[in-house]
Amino acid sequence: MRPIITVEGLNKTYASGHCALRDINLAIKPGEILALLGPNGAGKTTLISIVCGIVNPSSGRVRVDGHDIQRDYRAARACIGLVPQELSTDAFESVLAAVRFSRGLFGRAPNSAFLEKLLRQLSLWEKRDSRIMDLSGGMKRRLLIAKALSHEPRILFLDEPTAGVDVALRQDMWQMVQELRQQGVTIILTTHYIEEAEAMADRIGVINRGELILVEDKSALMEQLGTRQLRLTLQQPLEQLPPNLSGEGLSLSEDGQELVYTFDAQHETGIAQLLRRLDEAGVDFKNLHSKQSSLEEIFVDLVKEAR
Amino acid sequence: MNLHGVSAIYRFEMARARRTLMQSVASPVLSTSLYFIVFGTAIGNRMGDIDGIGYGAFIIPGLLMLSLLSESISNASFGIFFPQFSGTIYEVLSAPVSPFEIVLGYVGAAATKSVILGVLILITARLFVDYSIVHPFWTLAFLLLTAVTFSLFGFIIGIWADDFQQLQVIPLMVITPLTFLGGAFYSIEMLPEPWQSLTLFNPMVYLISGFRWAFYGVADVQVGISLLMTLGFLLLCLAAVTWIFRTGYRLKS
Repeated sequence: MRPIITVEGLNKTYASGHCALRDINLAIKPGEILALLGPNGAGKTTLISIVCGIVNPSSGRVRVDGHDIQRDYRAARACIGLVPQELSTDAFESVLAAVRFSRGLFGRAPNSAFLEKLLRQLSLWEKRDSRIMDLSGGMKRRLLIAKALSHEPRILFLDEPTAGVDVALRQDMWQMVQELRQQGVTIILTTHYIEEAEAMADRIGVINRGELILVEDKSALMEQLGTRQLRLTLQQPLEQLPPNLSGEGLSLSEDGQELVYTFDAQHETGIAQLLRRLDEAGVDFKNLHSKQSSLEEIFVDLVKEAR
Repeated sequence: MNLHGVSAIYRFEMARARRTLMQSVASPVLSTSLYFIVFGTAIGNRMGDIDGIGYGAFIIPGLLMLSLLSESISNASFGIFFPQFSGTIYEVLSAPVSPFEIVLGYVGAAATKSVILGVLILITARLFVDYSIVHPFWTLAFLLLTAVTFSLFGFIIGIWADDFQQLQVIPLMVITPLTFLGGAFYSIEMLPEPWQSLTLFNPMVYLISGFRWAFYGVADVQVGISLLMTLGFLLLCLAAVTWIFRTGYRLKS
């Protein structure tokens, strides 16, 4: 299947000399949800801004649905809706006028029925005649989404969509993202909330210091890079590990109540051997449980490694 | 061409004018009317004719030009400055609209507002001063040309300005003084040398003189030169706007 977005050798160095992106190569499949993770200043927003036409690239090529974003910018941009990170809205316009403006700006004929449906979906219909300045922060965030969706885009960029929004709105947004995905909309989101990426994304891209460290299917990423821990609660606390148990991956908790065994889920786990050695050493345990590392832990490890 | 896009920007800007009717229409009409009352009706009766035209009527083209220039600049500059200031410019930059369409929307709306204002001032002036227009076509042509040219100039200022103060500097500190000294209230032939020659370096002289010719058939400089100077400034502004979009100056990093 042809990628809906292709980024090839993309570089961006700002006039200040700051290098925001280095040789980014990325192919985004139609209909997928891609989460871009990275610390502040990693280059996530710059990447999105270049694809959307807000920032000029220094070099490299970006195609959206086969259209070059510079030579064939009209066709490329018409496919894209963008929800920016900042709550950048007009102040004095009404909600409905603002959404109508966005639809027209993207070259679509007026469609009152569609806009009404959209505003109802985002719980904004009752506020359609309110001035934007009178809306709460959460409502303004909803409005930005409505504006981005007003021209029925096939690709939606959500730049930190849930930053500073309450739990209810965040859940609404997750719901909305899933609905859009079912309609075939490709979604690229940047987020600091790793549980958001974990819950929603099909693939994860990690950017650090302008470099795309990896792009991987979320489940494969967690499988490949995730480590598992086996924690054994002991019958009797130990002061130190018995000599025949000391080895790679095994440690004793500070209170001596637990043995913690860390292993790579992809390879030979060594659990059977560990249990035999425990038996030989006369160490009894009363409980055991295992835990897989979260995406957050993987992300932190990746960024640390890249430093 | 993205006509829906042009129309969206145009309607958005016109809606802004409707919301600020007092500031964008009533205020300039009132202030210009005050000039007509003071210089036209009150003092004008005691002043002699200039080039055979009563003083009250003589100052109409200059005063109209003053309002036209300041409103064109301020409408267009604010129109593009505010989205940059508030951050909403991202939407225009990411939309499938060409630089020409963006300019058409913003400058078209600013020029429309200026022309409406110009017509309102002309109608209001008739309440205080008796005048008739010799070349109605050329009056309209100069009105349109000036409104478009200075709306383009305002668009450039709006992109260049860092803050609200810079937005006001050019209209208040450059355009208004040059218009006052450009023959709005007198014929430049009334100036002694070297001021008469030096005044010819003031571009407003050509605008006001051309406009006055369209009104009354009399001018300080040849109307062809006035027209060429205005068209020259229009081309200069178009070149600057083209450069802005080509380089992304202050719009795109």
